Amino acid sequence: MIFAIARKELKSVFVSPMGWVVMALLQFVFGTFFLIGVDQYFQQMSGAMRPEQRLGVTEFVGHNVYGIASFVMLFAVPLLSMRLISEERKHQTLPFLFSAPLSLIEIVLGKFVGLVTFLTILVLIVGAMMSSLDLWAEIDFGYIIANSIGLWMMVASFSALGLFMSSLTQQPVVAAILTFVALFALLILDYFFASDPNSVMNYLSLLRHFEPFSRGLLDTRDFAYFLLFIATFLTLTVRRLDADRLRG
Amino acid sequence: MDDLITVEASALTRAYGGRAVVNEVNFNLNKGEVLGFLGPNGAGKSTTMKMLTGNLAPTSGTVKICGIDMIENPKEAKALIGYLPEQPPLYKELTVDEFLALAARLHRVSSGHIRKAVQHAKERCGLTEMSKRLIDHLSKGYQQRVGIAQAIIHNPMVVILDEPTIGLDPIQIRDIRALIKELGGEHSVILSTHILPEVEMVCDHVQIIHKGELVFNGPIDVLRQLRQGSRLLLGLRNAPAPEELLKVAGVENVELLPNGLMRVRHTEGDSPAERLAQAAAANQWGLYQINPDQTSLEEVFVQLTYQEPAALAA
Repeated sequence: MIFAIARKELKSVFVSPMGWVVMALLQFVFGTFFLIGVDQYFQQMSGAMRPEQRLGVTEFVGHNVYGIASFVMLFAVPLLSMRLISEERKHQTLPFLFSAPLSLIEIVLGKFVGLVTFLTILVLIVGAMMSSLDLWAEIDFGYIIANSIGLWMMVASFSALGLFMSSLTQQPVVAAILTFVALFALLILDYFFASDPNSVMNYLSLLRHFEPFSRGLLDTRDFAYFLLFIATFLTLTVRRLDADRLRG
Repeated sequence: MDDLITVEASALTRAYGGRAVVNEVNFNLNKGEVLGFLGPNGAGKSTTMKMLTGNLAPTSGTVKICGIDMIENPKEAKALIGYLPEQPPLYKELTVDEFLALAARLHRVSSGHIRKAVQHAKERCGLTEMSKRLIDHLSKGYQQRVGIAQAIIHNPMVVILDEPTIGLDPIQIRDIRALIKELGGEHSVILSTHILPEVEMVCDHVQIIHKGELVFNGPIDVLRQLRQGSRLLLGLRNAPAPEELLKVAGVENVELLPNGLMRVRHTEGDSPAERLAQAAAANQWGLYQINPDQTSLEEVFVQLTYQEPAALAA
């Protein structure tokens, strides 16, 4: 059942130009940064004589590409997640799902899985692009995998938040703006509390939990953070939809 | 099996901020019956239907579909229902085939049977020509048909249609009515409408709801009897004084109508039509018209909705 809904969501993304345009534009951005990264690598490394200044090509280019990817996703995910529920509200198609023999959890998970599947394609393409360095250099696959997992966890969290925001309103644009503002606030949270490195608020920052992944470090604390983040917002979405049924 | 109860609503109540929109509605529906749900705008028809289909939680009361409680086992109960809301819920970016296949899959039609179910539903709703068209590009009438197809695709025990003929042209309305009648054979159908002739044409049972209360609940025949009061409409070219007419046995009251006709009220069950005709012939009143005076269904409806609900609640 979850997959029937996910499949429908995926189909909806690909029958509209939206999915293709987003995919193409993102790939263009990632490709450009990849190229620039490779270019700069030669420039900088030719100047770096001492061994401790030298950096692996994977890390150098990867830092470039995954850094921009996490930033660009901040804009892309709200655009993709905005219509998930708000559009169903607007077109009054929710009764179709509500009167089918589905639980709300299945509906919400289906929509979430649908969006995350689309984003997974993007993450995989970026991973494939990075792996293409393997053609002429020895690269650090562990680094790419860690970054891919980190990016994937982060976009999944973005999606969960976007899905929740989408359930709050009838207007997709409002949902997109809400999602963007919320994500942006969460990302830069640690800037506000930079003066106090031990502040609890720092733990809530999304970027802070992505950072270990981007160094190639898989930490269970970060996994826990992202999983809890996703679970929280999916639960809130279910609650929001249940309120529809109760309050009407 | 024939008198199997498919829908059982008991003391169904829904309140918004303390005001009851639907108040203590009780009814049963048997297998194979078509139930017409009548009421003026805002009477609570749609709200009741939302509660029957599990789209809205009742404030109190229960809904049972074939004995399965909608609140305790929503999944099992919903699997037995096909629902077409007021606004047909269609994903307009999909084609008719894609959408119906999705509906079948979500209603747990096994994957081997999906094609057959889609084909069958399309045939019943006259959609075979439209298979590959985007729903967005279909006319309102065809979209409505897709809505109905979506509701019957999993061959549910109960089909609930909220104003299915609204916005259709007369030919489409006729087709859809025929379809509803056909559905009534094997499924139970609940149909809401405010078009009265429609109810007369397709329904076996009628319920009239007004301000959230059930004011009438009974077979369509009872409603028909209400229509035919004990009155005759009489047209006389050389009309005598009303006193002359009162002499005919059975006539109780005569009323002159502005259009030159006379309305004769007679004792119930004993129509003096024959005697009036004889008297007219004997006295050369110039009889040119005599027929039972039927109150329009509208009048019955107005009577029912505006009198004290208690008087007629059966």
